[in-house]
Parts: sequence; structure tokens; C-alpha cells
Amino acid sequence: MNNKTMTKNIRVLINGVVKDNPVFVLLLGMCPALATTSSGINGMSMGLATMFVLICSNIVISTLKNLIPDLVRIPAFIVVIATFVTIVEMVMNAYLPALADSLGIFIPLIVVNCIVLGRAEAFAAKNNVLSSLFDGIGIGLGFTLALTALGLTREFIGTGKMFSVSFFPEDFGMTLFVLAPGAFIALGYLVAIFNKIQRE
Amino acid sequence: MEYIGIIIVAIFVNNVVLAQFLGICPFLGVSKKVDTAIGMGAAVTFVLTIATIVTFLLQKGLLEPFGIQYLQTITFILVIASLVQMVEIVIKKVSPPLYQALGVFLPLITTNCVILGVAILVIQKDFTLLSSVVYAVATAAGYALALIIFSTIREQLALTKVPKAMQGVPIALITAGILAMAFMGFSGIDQVF
Repeated sequence: MNNKTMTKNIRVLINGVVKDNPVFVLLLGMCPALATTSSGINGMSMGLATMFVLICSNIVISTLKNLIPDLVRIPAFIVVIATFVTIVEMVMNAYLPALADSLGIFIPLIVVNCIVLGRAEAFAAKNNVLSSLFDGIGIGLGFTLALTALGLTREFIGTGKMFSVSFFPEDFGMTLFVLAPGAFIALGYLVAIFNKIQRE
Repeated sequence: MEYIGIIIVAIFVNNVVLAQFLGICPFLGVSKKVDTAIGMGAAVTFVLTIATIVTFLLQKGLLEPFGIQYLQTITFILVIASLVQMVEIVIKKVSPPLYQALGVFLPLITTNCVILGVAILVIQKDFTLLSSVVYAVATAAGYALALIIFSTIREQLALTKVPKAMQGVPIALITAGILAMAFMGFSGIDQVF
């Protein structure tokens, strides 16, 4: 691999985290972003699960892109994605039952996460395997970071903890932020802050 | 009585958007005008009811007898995707005015996680076919309600001065948060039933 393609791939990766951040900029995949971020660790696990599906589906779809007829490409993509989601679901149920419980229905719902299908259609179907891999890592990383940041914010304001390490007594926390309304409000402010930083 | 309980809980206490976070993308996307919000609400109600019945029958008639429940996700999403296409074709043929009203929203519905979410939830909750249908209709009503309330607020919001960084989605999210807080007032009603 020469230097030029490498720089291009690195740029694809960084774009996924900053310029095309799926949650803060593209505003995709909002459902899991709001629902599973009641704590930092939950947000991170959801991000990693999505990242795994995204990387695998990107690789498989960019490998198969010349074999899939154009007319049935969307159903074909969905089957590929659903396969990897089922793998994640089964592995999580077997080895991390507590986590699978707290993420609940949002694991199978990775299938309808617009980010995964969106990247398959917009990137993997047009680019080679290696760039698709980097795109998967970049977007997945961006998603994971966004979810972790949101989870940590809510956990900190709501319970005074970060990754279960206590910073101030739980009684002083605003429980609201762990509940549903806090998810919307925290994400609203985080998107606003991200907007502000990006503009400058 | 049991069904009334399901309806009240699904619409108010566990509102699908504001408490369960399903279908947020269209919730933010099509809630700028009241008309589109009503259209989307109607389309979701229509597809959700049919999809829940079909996936429920598939689960009980095909997946469970053969012990292949692990294929649930893949089966359901394919069935829903093709169902949406079919509904679109049928409506187009049978009732052009209805197609005029719902047409644009139908393709969006495949990736609306409400449909797949409810299909999986009724299986997890071990509902019967009738209570599944009641639950599906009530959930869709809750979705339409949240969408319509939110769109009326957003029509007002469009006329308000908002700091630059907060314009658009951030302020909409914070508004949705306050709306969710209002809906929290309903929690506890379900104890009555």
C-alpha cells in the first residue's frame, strides 16, 4: 500500500469521528443514542456493538458489491446487516447477560439503525474493501465516542458518577438526567456545543 | 379492563417516543408542520397494525414450531420491508386519495424502528394476538399524539429567536425533553388498572 491511499484512508477515519460524526452532525441513530445512554458504560457498549456490525457489514458489502444486482441491493444489504446483528445478539446473551438485559430491545434494533444501512449504501457499495473498513472504524468510533460522552454526561449530572466512580454524593444528583427527559435535554445541549466548536 | 390498561399505558405512561425512544428520526424529521405530522401518524398506525399481526403469526406459526427463534430479527425486518412495499402498491391501486395522503411517508417507514420494535416487544411481553393488536394500535396512537403535539410546538418555535448554535435540532431536542417531562406526570396511572 502506498502512502497516498493510506493518507486517504486516515482522512476517511477522522472524517467519521469529527466532520461526519453520526450523532452530533448527521443526527442519525438517535434512538439508541437516547435510549441506551443512562450510564457511560451502557452508552459505550451500545456504541461498540454498533461499531462491530458496521465494520463487518461494510467489509462484506464492499466485497460483494459487484455480485449484488442493483435492483435488490437494499434487501441484500439488510440481510447482511441482520446476520451480524443476530451474531451480536447471541454472543451478548451468552456471555454478557446483564448488559444484554439493560440494552434490551435496542440490540436487535441495530438492524434499523440508519447509520449502518446509510454507510452501506453511501460508502461500502462504492468503495474498495480497505476504505470501507476504515470508514466503518471511523463512523463506528464517532458513534461510540458520542454515546459514551452522552452517557457520561447523564451519569455525572444524574448520579454524580463517571463509569461508576463517584465524584459527589448521589443525593445531590438530578435524577431527571438518568430518566427519559434528561436524555433529550443532554443530547440537545451536546449537539449545540458541538455545533459551536465546529463553527469556530 | 385489561385492554383499557394496555391502551392507557401505551399512549401516556410508556409513550413510544417520549419514554421508549423509538422512532426518533422521523419524530425530528417530519414534525416541522402539523399536516405532515398527521400524515406520518396515520401511515405508522396503518403499517404498524398490519406488521404486528403478520410478524406475530409468523413467530407463533413458523419460528416457534421449528425452534428457530434466533432468526427472529432477520425474518421480521425482511417481512416488514416487503410488507411496506406491498401496502404501498395495494393502496395505490385501491385508494388513490389515501395514497396521495400517505404515499410519501410509506418508504420512510421501513427504517422506522417503531415497527420492528413493537413487533419484537409483543413477543417479549408474551401477549395474545388480540392484545398485540390493541397494543400496536395504542402505540401508534401514542406516536401520532406525540408527533402532533410536538409539531404544533415546533411551528411556534420557528418564529422564536434562538441562539445560533441552538437553532434547529438542539432546541427541538430540548423541547422534546420538556415534553417528555410533562408526560412523566402520567406515570403511576397504570397502577389503577
